[in-house]
Amino acid sequence: MTIGNVGGAAELDLVSGLPPVEEAPEAAKVIQGRGPWRLAFERLRRDRASVISAVVILLIIICAAAAPVFATITGHGVNQQFRLIGEQSNGFPTGPFGKFPLGADDQGRDVLVRLAYGARVSLLVGVVTSALTVAIGAVMGLMAGYLGRTVDSIIGRIIDVTLSIPFLLFAVALASVEGGGSVTLVVIVLALFGWSSVARIVRGQVLSIKEREYIEAARSLGAGSWRIMFIDIFPNVIAQVIVYASLLIPLSIVSEATLSYLGVGVQPPTADWGAMISAAQQGGLYQVAWWYLVFPSLALLITTLAFNIFGDGVRDAFDPRADRLFV
Amino acid sequence: MSARHAATPDEPAAAPEPQGGSASPAKSGDVLLRVTDVVKHFPVRSSSLFRRAVGAVHAVDGVSLEVRSGETLGLVGETGCGKSTLARCITRLYDLTSGTVEFDGADVSKLSASKMRPFRRDMQMIFQDPYGSLNPRRRVGSIIGDPFAIHRIADGQERKRRVQEAMELVGLNPEHYNRFPAEFSGGQRQRIGIARALALRPKLVICDEPVSALDVSIQAQVINLLSDLQRELNLTYIFIAHDLSVVRHVSDRVAVMYLGKVAEIGTGEDIYETARHPYTNALLSAVPVPDPRQMAQRSRIVLAGDVPSPLNPPSGCRFHPRCPKARDLCVTDDPELVPRLGDTEVHSAACHFPVEVGEDISLSTPQISEAERVIEEGLIGNA
Repeated sequence: MTIGNVGGAAELDLVSGLPPVEEAPEAAKVIQGRGPWRLAFERLRRDRASVISAVVILLIIICAAAAPVFATITGHGVNQQFRLIGEQSNGFPTGPFGKFPLGADDQGRDVLVRLAYGARVSLLVGVVTSALTVAIGAVMGLMAGYLGRTVDSIIGRIIDVTLSIPFLLFAVALASVEGGGSVTLVVIVLALFGWSSVARIVRGQVLSIKEREYIEAARSLGAGSWRIMFIDIFPNVIAQVIVYASLLIPLSIVSEATLSYLGVGVQPPTADWGAMISAAQQGGLYQVAWWYLVFPSLALLITTLAFNIFGDGVRDAFDPRADRLFV
Repeated sequence: MSARHAATPDEPAAAPEPQGGSASPAKSGDVLLRVTDVVKHFPVRSSSLFRRAVGAVHAVDGVSLEVRSGETLGLVGETGCGKSTLARCITRLYDLTSGTVEFDGADVSKLSASKMRPFRRDMQMIFQDPYGSLNPRRRVGSIIGDPFAIHRIADGQERKRRVQEAMELVGLNPEHYNRFPAEFSGGQRQRIGIARALALRPKLVICDEPVSALDVSIQAQVINLLSDLQRELNLTYIFIAHDLSVVRHVSDRVAVMYLGKVAEIGTGEDIYETARHPYTNALLSAVPVPDPRQMAQRSRIVLAGDVPSPLNPPSGCRFHPRCPKARDLCVTDDPELVPRLGDTEVHSAACHFPVEVGEDISLSTPQISEAERVIEEGLIGNA
């Protein structure tokens, strides 16, 4: 800039009156720069409830992974029926703490081994469903929020339609039409019903973020819509998405159990917690073989509780001041 | 010049129309940017289902400017006068309602986003808010590396090297490459924004109030940095601000905007010593002088009322409801932006009754006949 036309430079106290102080020199590197991820992780680590639930989740994962080990130790295969030792003389299933650590079921199968194998289905469905749900929801929400106009209207109508279909009715109908029973189908059905709420959350965030100056800066640099959506906006909503995903896992596990309980989820003889609870209730079997109802229910309860508490912790870690996502 | 100008008593013999501005400001160069009759209206829609347009905010209403290579054009005016909108029209962050923007000899006003991209290399913006203009979730290196990534200029180690070069250029420690914006002070953040804008060595840099969010001591540093970089890299600046002393310090020429139009344009000296437009005079009289005695002696021009709504701008001269020199003509006719009172071609004012040197308009009162005044009643406080 030329300073040729500054006749009255003296009145520019702004420039001439102050010595050109350099901005405060960097303090000695005692304060280590930490990114938001690192900070969130450290907050999570300080939260005792989160740590305990994380340990529980880890144990469940180990149990699921080590399911064949349970089978080997007990000598009971997952679908093996033990007519002789699995049933008492009166025809009722054998109780726990004997040859069967958690008792046997009505078919003479080992409840413990089936629980371990059932954990695989539950975890798989929980994690895959929530990942899929969140992926669809995030992309839809980003597009609706950033591209706006027609895209927003179309996605908005799709969400309306999705929300207007009764979930259980649709799931039962679809499962029976397709023959039902596959884990894949359960995952797809759950994801198709779940993504709309993720999309709404993301869309709302995007609407406020896209008005920020740094988005304008990206546009003035020549960034295209996709780059802005995924490189500039997405990192700002990913925390919310992860929080939602972590709370979605227990929801999906319960939903899968619900579908299996109703007989339209995972089909027998595959070991599944929901199906086990359902079988225990049939014919009032639980009145004589309480273990058959209690242990699968307990497994479901502990798993969902652990994931829920962990999800809460994740949310608090990412934004300690945020309002609660679910009341 | 129309006949009505000749009829006005204050108007001198019409000066010949400027032909290819030879008396150019401090630095003369080729015209880098030519803005012609740019209009930007923002439609106001009803909140009903079909969202009819029920009106429009006249943010920029017919602005024509030229910016020459190597010069700094200051753009001043109150909040809401359309300075920033004009800047965003030039960089095509907004689509124009009408008018043309010629950059480097090419009309860029109607290009699609992808056709516009190559021009963006040469046309960059520095934003006002050093907090809002940097993505809080991205590291500084990746923010400054954006221009290289978007225009596919450098990758990997090469990109890192050039980013660190840009950081050094603006006085940042290149070792802070991996930090987040939150770890920097306001002045440092503004330097990051400057590094990002200058990374590709653009020709034109639009500075949208680059210092108004900073402390006064930091303002001076950033302004000095900008002027050093201009000299070093031969940059052309459009410098938007509402601080008149900052603008005077940095600008070769200054344009004063009011309600979406240019009220007066000229060299710094023209504007600050011999302002012709009553609005410019009023603005200047509001600049504080760091001397209480001088301040007490000075007559301040206090304008009546507020800036009218850009939804429904006043007829004729947009300034007439608040102007102490308003006459009937001002209510009916929109004055052209031309040299007044025998000024050189570089100094133009949009005023029917320009202010003479030494005239104290704080003593004037508007003289609008009853018939015309009815429309504007309530706005003229000192009538």
